[in-house]
Parts: sequence; C-alpha cells; structure tokens
Amino acid sequence: MTQVILDPTGEQGTAQRDPLPTPASLKDLTVGLLDISKVKGDVFLDRIDALLSERGLKTIRFKKPTFARPAPVGLLQDIASQCDVVVEGLAD
Amino acid sequence: MKLPEGFVAVVKRDCPTCVLIEPVLQEIARGGLPLTVYTQDDTSFPKLDHVVDDTSLERSYRLDIETVPTLIQVENGEERSRVIGWAREEWAALTGLENIGTDLPPYRPGCGSLSVEPGNAEKLALRFGDVSIHSRRLAIPELEDDIEYCFERGWSDGLPLVPPTEERVYRMLQGTRRRSDELLGEVPPVLVPLTIEKIAVNAVMAGCKPEYLPVVIAATEAALDPAFCMHGLLATTWFSGPMLIVNGPLRKAIGMNWQGNVLGQGNRANATIGRALQLIIRNVGGGRPQEADQSTFGTPGKYTFCFAEDEDTPWPSLAEERGFDAGQSTVTLFSADGVQGVLDQKARVPEPLIVSIAQSLRTVGHADLVNGSDAVVLIGPEHGRVFDEAGWSKAQAVEALHAQLNVPGDDLAMGTNDDAAPTTASAGGRMPKFRPEGLTLIRAGGRAGLFSAIIPGWLMKGPLGTNPVTKEILS
Repeated sequence: MTQVILDPTGEQGTAQRDPLPTPASLKDLTVGLLDISKVKGDVFLDRIDALLSERGLKTIRFKKPTFARPAPVGLLQDIASQCDVVVEGLAD
Repeated sequence: MKLPEGFVAVVKRDCPTCVLIEPVLQEIARGGLPLTVYTQDDTSFPKLDHVVDDTSLERSYRLDIETVPTLIQVENGEERSRVIGWAREEWAALTGLENIGTDLPPYRPGCGSLSVEPGNAEKLALRFGDVSIHSRRLAIPELEDDIEYCFERGWSDGLPLVPPTEERVYRMLQGTRRRSDELLGEVPPVLVPLTIEKIAVNAVMAGCKPEYLPVVIAATEAALDPAFCMHGLLATTWFSGPMLIVNGPLRKAIGMNWQGNVLGQGNRANATIGRALQLIIRNVGGGRPQEADQSTFGTPGKYTFCFAEDEDTPWPSLAEERGFDAGQSTVTLFSADGVQGVLDQKARVPEPLIVSIAQSLRTVGHADLVNGSDAVVLIGPEHGRVFDEAGWSKAQAVEALHAQLNVPGDDLAMGTNDDAAPTTASAGGRMPKFRPEGLTLIRAGGRAGLFSAIIPGWLMKGPLGTNPVTKEILS
C-alpha cells in the first residue's frame, strides 16, 4: 500500500530568485557601500569608496548596527530608495 | 449524527459477550421495541431481520463506543442513556423488559470496540473527526523505502527520521491543547510562518513522544524571540547552536536526564526534543549547513543539545533565577559551543575551586579576549557539595568567579585582534572577562567525579547579539 506522509517544510519558502541584471556601466549610478560592522569592514569600504570617487561616481555609506542580526527594515529601505547598486563588506 | 429512535446496540461477532446476548437482541426485536443494531465486523451477525453495517466504524467512532456490546436509549434523536457490556438488571431497566435474558449469567463484561483498537483510533479521528491537517500530503511511491525517501527529500540532519505519517502527527498533536493551526511566528532564515502542526510533524521525525510536544513548542517560541537572535546564531561562522535547559515538574514527568551522562546519549526526551528544534529550523526555516548555516566547524550539539537541571540542591534553579516559580516548567535557550571540562580533585573548600573554574573560564574564546560571549558552567554534584558544605549560595559563587575574572588590561595587548588592543580603559587597568549577567551556573551530572563543565556560546551582547530566553512550558 502506498504510504502517505506529511511535508515537514514551510511549503512556501521563497521561490528561486534570479539576481538583478548586472549594469553594463556604473555611469550615473549611485553606489551604496554597506558596512555590516565586522572588523576592518570600514578599511575595505574606504578603499572601494576612494576608487569609485576617483572615477567620479556617487557613493553613499551605510552601516548595520551589528553583523549578528539582519539589517533593520529602515536601513534596507534607505538603501533601496537611494542606491542603484550596493557593495557590501561581508566578512572580517 | 442523528440517531434512530428507540434503542441502538453496537456489537461485533468477535466478542463472546455480544454472541452471548444475541438472543436478548432478538427478544427485544420480537417484543416490538424499535431496535437498530450496528455491527462492526460481520453483517450476518446478529441474526436479525436488519442490521446496520458499521464496518467503516464511523457510527461507532461518532458514538464514542469504547466497549461492545453497548446499548443506547435514544429519544428525539438524542442519546438519553447507555449500558456498557451485559448487565441484566441494567438492560431490563433501560428496555423496561423485566424478564430479559433471565437464562443468561447476570453480568459479563464486554470487549474493546474495534473503533478504539490501537491504530484504528487515529485513522478514524483523521477520517471522521474534526481534526484538520493542512500540510501537503506526499505519497511515497510503492517499492520505495520510507526512511530513504525522507533522506532524499533533504529533511534529515544526517540520521534516520521517523516518517511523519498522518496517524503519527495526529497522535503527536494530542500532546498539546493548542490549536494545530495556531501561528507562532516566522522561522529564520527564510522567515516562513510556523504552525503548531509543522512543529508536530518535525517532532514526529525527531522521534519525540506526544508528551514532549509542549517542550518543543516552548523551545521554538524561545528560539523565535528576537532577543535570542536565532538568525544570527544559525548564520554565524562560530561553532554554536541552541542549547535547551528544562526546569520544573515536567522534567520528571517526561523522564528527562539531569544525572549521569547528562550531556550525553541515551535519554529519549533529552535527545529528541533538542533534535526537533534543529529540524524545525532546517525544514521550516530552511537553515541548512553550508547554505545559510555558515559555521566553520559546527559542534556535535547541533544534532541535539538538551538536558534538565538537577533541582534537588540548595541553590535556586535556573528557572527560579529567571523569575519563575518552582511549580512552573520552563525551557531556557542559550547559544552553546562544545563542552570544556574543569578538573579539580583537590579543592575541599570553595575559594580554590573558584580559582580553578575561573582559570579555565579565562580561556573561553581566547585567554586574552574579554566580553566575547557568555558561559554556562555545569557544577557537578561533587563540586556542588564543596559549595553546599561551606554554605555558599549560587550568587556568592557567581560573584566570586567574576572577581577572579578581571583580566589585566596589559594582557589584552597580547591579543590577536583589534578588539584586544589596549584602550584607555584596559591599559594598566582590568577588564571583566564576562558581562555581569554573562555567567550562569547550573547543577547537573552524575554523582561521581570532581568535575565541572564549561559551555561557552556565541556573541552574547544584549541587542547586538544573542541572549538567553526562557519560556514557560504550557500544555
């Protein structure tokens, strides 16, 4: 006899999402630089900031209060509303 | 269910008492009383002009029949009274037939109704009851092994799972009074809504008994409390996973272990409750190793890490310290790495024992790192006796440990990262190794062994990290 069992998963996990298309050029785009509060994340992003600024690109700096928790919704909305692309300093 | 007027009898041929009273039923029918007979196993029994086929057991289930024969008196479609088994005087009183069955023994107990046979009760409740199970039903193809199927679907922590059949999940749900569709919150990392039913499905897979379900529910509530920061604890590269400590009367009621080998294998409640929480995070939340779980090493406690506290000591229990009464059962979640033993077989008074434990605690994370995490210290019975005989309270012991753990700031300069660089506060001065609430003492373990056990955790820093969370276990 066919055995029936129950699905233990959430059954509604997010479907596979494709990343947004990579822009062909950063010209006229605003680049968000997100520091997640990991050690030396600022060192990395300072360098990226300098390199992008040299090329005349507009950057905006953001920082998570702690790397241990997901970013606050307000911060995500700020980034989404002000930036076209984001560089995140993810690790130590 | 509307019942036929008069009398309803429920019988089965497999019951000797039912066979014994066959003439009585015939006598009632001959007497002109309206009688309807439901037969559970054989429609040719009893020999009457008409019997109702109840081999589906629906009527027996709806009438809540536990024993056959049962005779029910019905008025206006409603049950008025019932007699269970054969008792001549009661049958006579109910039917008003004074001389009924006078040639039979005065009393014979009945047999178990087929509707309450093991295995049948759950099937009937699922088919005819008001149980509603919402989870997607998956049919395991014939010739496929059910346990292998669960592995293939990616539900397992690496060990075999109990296949969550509807009957098993139904039985599990009997362990709580809470509605199966009650929402508890969203499980990280994918933030999927969690119902009591999904907890039950995963508790079945983990091997829990229904009476463990309230503990699993409370543990899950604690994990979903923002203060616990389950998302970060799952995602971190650090070792930790959730550790569950159970307090209160329920520890004994469900047979948990707080004695010998308390952190080890062999106790079903300890093993399966901790495992259930991990499976919920894996299966409902989508938190899998090498995906959202980025732990470098992990720890064996990520299979399961759950135990009870020894409350038969002079010290207040963890639950009492956290504001609960001794009569309440609770579960407290900590983030926890592995276990580091503390061996001191010489100290017979508290002061040197405190020094031994403090020296061992100094190395949590790194000897020259402060305020990195909290630590739980399990005080074994033999070390506990040293404190008890000297009349030391738990608060005294914690205070003495903190006093020993003021790390010289100059030592921190020897550290290996920026956090340990000397600051105005640390250079020349002293820095506390742990935050004031960062040391928790728990009594547990086997009677022999002058040992204690240090269990550090991950980044316990108030709003910036994880924090212990306690929830009451409710039925």
